[in-house]
Amino acid sequence: MRVPQEKVAIQLAGVGYIPDRDLSTALWLMESLSRPLLLEGEAGVGKTEVARALALAHDTKLIRLQCYEGLDQSSALYEWNYQRQLLAIKAREGQDASGVEEHIFSEAYLLERPLLAAIRQPKAPVLLIDEVDRADEEFEAFLLELLSDFQVSIPELGTITATTIPRVILTSNGTRELSDALRRRCLYHYVDFPDVDREARIILSRIPHIDTALALQIASMVSMIRKEELRKAPGVAETLDWAATLAGLNVKHLRDEPELIHETLMCLIKTAEDKSRMSREVTDRLLGKVA
Amino acid sequence: MSAVRAVSNSPEFTLGEYARAKLSFFVKTLRDNDFVIGLAETSDALNIMSGPNAGRVTTLRPALRALFCSRQSDWQKFDEIFDAYWLARGMKSATRISGAPQKAPAGLQNTPSGKRGPADNQNTDNVERGEGSEVSETGQSKREGASQTELLAQTDFRHITDPKELAKAHAIAERLAKTMRARLTRRMRARRTGQRLDLRRTIHKSIATGGTPLTLVHRKRKDKPLRLVMLLDASGSMSLYSAIFLRFMHGVLDSFREAEAFVFHTRLIHISPALREKNAQRAMERMSIMAQGTGGGTRIGESLATFNKWHAKRVIHSRTCVMIVSDGYDTGPATNLGDEMAALRRRCRRIAWLNPMIGWQDYAPEAAGMKAALPYVDLFAPAHNLASLEALEPYLARI
Repeated sequence: MRVPQEKVAIQLAGVGYIPDRDLSTALWLMESLSRPLLLEGEAGVGKTEVARALALAHDTKLIRLQCYEGLDQSSALYEWNYQRQLLAIKAREGQDASGVEEHIFSEAYLLERPLLAAIRQPKAPVLLIDEVDRADEEFEAFLLELLSDFQVSIPELGTITATTIPRVILTSNGTRELSDALRRRCLYHYVDFPDVDREARIILSRIPHIDTALALQIASMVSMIRKEELRKAPGVAETLDWAATLAGLNVKHLRDEPELIHETLMCLIKTAEDKSRMSREVTDRLLGKVA
Repeated sequence: MSAVRAVSNSPEFTLGEYARAKLSFFVKTLRDNDFVIGLAETSDALNIMSGPNAGRVTTLRPALRALFCSRQSDWQKFDEIFDAYWLARGMKSATRISGAPQKAPAGLQNTPSGKRGPADNQNTDNVERGEGSEVSETGQSKREGASQTELLAQTDFRHITDPKELAKAHAIAERLAKTMRARLTRRMRARRTGQRLDLRRTIHKSIATGGTPLTLVHRKRKDKPLRLVMLLDASGSMSLYSAIFLRFMHGVLDSFREAEAFVFHTRLIHISPALREKNAQRAMERMSIMAQGTGGGTRIGESLATFNKWHAKRVIHSRTCVMIVSDGYDTGPATNLGDEMAALRRRCRRIAWLNPMIGWQDYAPEAAGMKAALPYVDLFAPAHNLASLEALEPYLARI
């Protein structure tokens, strides 16, 4: 018998995301308890990718709400299409006022924003609320209400109840402390950088023609670079860029071409300070450790 | 227990009484370790445990972890607590055990942290206030009290040794912090008056008047309150001053929504949670335990590195003033401190360095660490008495 979280892991692997055991458990729980999942972790560990993979695995829509400072209900939930409403008023000038009002506050004039769209899908979508820590605290409180009731009341139109409950994934980069209430409501998973083995599998699944040995070398090299005290540790996306570059240049073994490795490190190193820290000597030392 | 009883009425529930009780005590243990867990979480945990996969530790642990944790620190603590509770393995002594008293040992009751330790033998220059000050206890307390405050404000903290005087200085420091905060917020609100037209809202409003925009809607810039991040040196050389600054920090944190406090000696400790305790006495007790140095000097550079790496992103925003209270005696290499100050400078609006020794006669910033840090400091100010703390306010208001 397969435990359910293994099923989740296989599903995700099928669409190119290799989760660790903890994450697949969290995703299975999210399904069975229908709670939102809060993902935290450093930039570049693949938090957003989880939602994308989940949507692919369930063959459903991914609805994404990118949070930013000053995000409010009108850009997150719904908005009336004012221009069309004005036109409609002008076109019906002289008619019965209450009739016009009823007409312009109907579904046809409602603009759906991500949150409203997410609860009105025929098939349960994946709702990704990205970088929720960037939104204001007031918005967080509003979000909490929506996530517990899954209904929206629009004064002119009435209450809209969810047709399907979306799978909700929130991500946070930790630029602000989230409220305890929101944290309590959500399942929690801390996404760490993948270990060498898992990262190699990720490279293999994303870059189809790459040599297995090379993928392993790249993964162990990147994991060592992350241990250097860099300002910005390279993320998984950077690893994939680098792997694609090296595969494209027909590199067979990292140690064969130290010159080339040092030059292509710009795929991984993104600040001037880090670049000066990753000198040729450091690169050579790390390359020496790569099996 | 009540958490469990609330759900045990549901018909599909099959877990035995023993397992239920055990889970509820587990939840209690977690709560004692600062986890935030509600009734709904407990009931979901019961569902997981009565499910088909509950038998294995490898399944149950990650499931309960995802459910009960809500931040990274929880995530790190969870496994240890889980193992200790369910598998009866030992816990590191650092983890607080359920039911253990959180109070300080009785000996600490009335002694703020700084008063203890090697400082005591320096009390020789305690001359400024003799028996004369004690007279005020009886008679014309009101008038005497006012002038006393005045006098206290000018006295260097290291010269205040009478416990009563010290308590008074503490209270003043705390009150000062509170009034400072209130004034800073009010001033800021009055200052920002820039307005822009909100077209979308204006059009919406105009629908009521048949499309003619009669009422204009304006948009105000949202104010960001000033955030204070305080880093306090609690090493031996600062011991005469750290107690009063802890009290000052408590006053600041108690009344601001936007403040964070850290203490450092050989390492950095985040003390905001302890400072949020409303009761000053209890907060001070919790903090003096946290702030106790292990000896071996101050590592300012290293502590700042920890701050930059783990906390800065979260606690610093565009209107943040970082306040470092230290004498600048660093046992680590000075270049290290300089680098970290440069990194910190890039992140925040202002860095204020308060050095109690500036108030001393003939002081010059000669310490290597202090010299390395100075180029990155916006305000280098004394902090040896209450008046010098008060003088900070106009500076902060301009940020």
